[in-house]
Amino acid sequence: MNYATDPGITLAYLVAAVLFILALRGLSHPETARRGNLLGMAGMAIAALATLAHPAMLLSGVGLIVLGVVLGGAIGAVVARRVNMTALPQLVAAFHSLVGLAAVFVAASALNAPQSFGIGTPGHLHLESLIEMSLGLSIGAVTFTGAVIAFAKLQALMSGAPINFPGQHKLNLGLGILLVVLIIAFVASGGSQVLFWIIAALALALGVLLIIPIGGADMPVVISMLNSYSGWAAAGIGFTISNIALIVTGALVGSSGAILSYIMCKGMNRSIINVLLGGFGTDAAAAAGPAGAAGDKAVKIGSAEDASFIMSNASKVIIVPGYGMAVAQAQHAVREMSDLLKGAGVEVKYAIHPVAGRMPGHMNVLLAEAQVPYDEVFELEEINNEFSTADVVYVIGANDVTNPAAKTNSASPIYGMPILEVDKAKTVLFVKRSMASGYAGVDNELFFRDNTMMLFGDAKKMTEEIVQSLGK
Amino acid sequence: MTPAQLADQAAALAHKATILAQNAAGFAAQAAAHAPHGAPLIDLFAIFVMAVFVGYYVIWSVTPALHSPLLAVTNAISSVIIVGAMLATGLKGGYAAHAFGFIAVLLASVNIVGGFLVTQRMLAMFKKKAK
Repeated sequence: MNYATDPGITLAYLVAAVLFILALRGLSHPETARRGNLLGMAGMAIAALATLAHPAMLLSGVGLIVLGVVLGGAIGAVVARRVNMTALPQLVAAFHSLVGLAAVFVAASALNAPQSFGIGTPGHLHLESLIEMSLGLSIGAVTFTGAVIAFAKLQALMSGAPINFPGQHKLNLGLGILLVVLIIAFVASGGSQVLFWIIAALALALGVLLIIPIGGADMPVVISMLNSYSGWAAAGIGFTISNIALIVTGALVGSSGAILSYIMCKGMNRSIINVLLGGFGTDAAAAAGPAGAAGDKAVKIGSAEDASFIMSNASKVIIVPGYGMAVAQAQHAVREMSDLLKGAGVEVKYAIHPVAGRMPGHMNVLLAEAQVPYDEVFELEEINNEFSTADVVYVIGANDVTNPAAKTNSASPIYGMPILEVDKAKTVLFVKRSMASGYAGVDNELFFRDNTMMLFGDAKKMTEEIVQSLGK
Repeated sequence: MTPAQLADQAAALAHKATILAQNAAGFAAQAAAHAPHGAPLIDLFAIFVMAVFVGYYVIWSVTPALHSPLLAVTNAISSVIIVGAMLATGLKGGYAAHAFGFIAVLLASVNIVGGFLVTQRMLAMFKKKAK
């Protein structure tokens, strides 16, 4: 009997798919999210148990499966417990790579034992199954190496700088066309093993080539995009083996990643094509000239004592965290600072730009880790008109997302990007290590304004000094 | 006809019927091998398209503050690919299929347990203001 036609098992898969939808639905609010996650776990358990209950399951096979689940599960549990919250982006990238690789291996085993999935006999697979299989295989392989490169960039195993070479896009296009030709040949061959692995190798290479030109700060888009790819790969495999749990989940995850990519691109006012072609931040950095160009303009430099004096006399402070806060692990110090300010009767809020950090929602997780209540943390649209009523804005580790040039200078590479309008506040405190420009390589005119005070130093050290000074 | 003859005839008929049934089963199995597997492709495609739309509306309702947990949990659930890996490992199919299936089971398990646990860890940190 073909497993796909067993109504009991299919029903179990349907239940699992519904539970997954509810798990995602739960994420609309922090209160319901935890229960949603439990529903997701239940869905996964149901899908796995229903598969084990397959009547033709061999006892030895069940043994192997249990071994794999126990081993893999143990690794996953250890990693999930030990990982540092600042290392989350690379963890997510690593997980994406595993989904991609798993898709490749499931495709390979379906090619070797097509009768297990009722899609033909070795060397004589059904036409549509071969098409679906090659899609799952190629997307899975691209996801795998793409995510490995993203991981290496985030973990600083390789430089986050874009890697460009002449003819890069033509090469990628050529390889893409070659991939399509190979898939057609593979389908026509009825499932040739050799062609299968050539397609796999080509797609693996393509995954590397697609991600290397994309710079470190564009990682929120890359991670979202790989999320989307892993979903489409799962759906491709789902079609191959006619499994509705996989098809539905693949579609959910695919659209989730696509929407996140869209939100991230909108947060930078760039098209997805512009991000994918990569190279952002290199030309502009050269055009902006050396930091010495700023030499003729004066900046006001302050100390931790100045900052604590200004903030303790304020009635409303808005904190704008960026990737620099994550790098310096300054979130706990920031929370201490805001606790002291709140204790002195100052209203404190946090403002988060959509592309702050290295993955969507990165800043929210870090602040939550430092026990900042989520109802003090606001998104750009929610808080942008409050800057004019703030006495002090404390910008820590963010730069481009506050740059007014995005609104005023149509020649700027960040022109049109939605920014946090910190320039409307009475005083802006910038915690920065140096006058160096941000990722986009443009000067921030805010640094030179009269109501701006630069606090030069490590984000964590500076904030801790302010905490000490406030405590006096 | 004596009862014994009747019984013999009945037995012979039953034997013939068994052979016929066996033949029929054989034909049915052959036909099944040529028939499209499982549900027809168009049905699966319809499910897929509907699921994309469900995903579209569900994901837009996710609060931006929880976009990181969203990434982690979608990671965990896309590892439902483990059902394919389990079938590849557990059904009759030869060493290659079993080996590939086993590796896929292993990889997907890392993701499932790791993905759900790290999501749980993140979500546990999101707290409201203490009143």
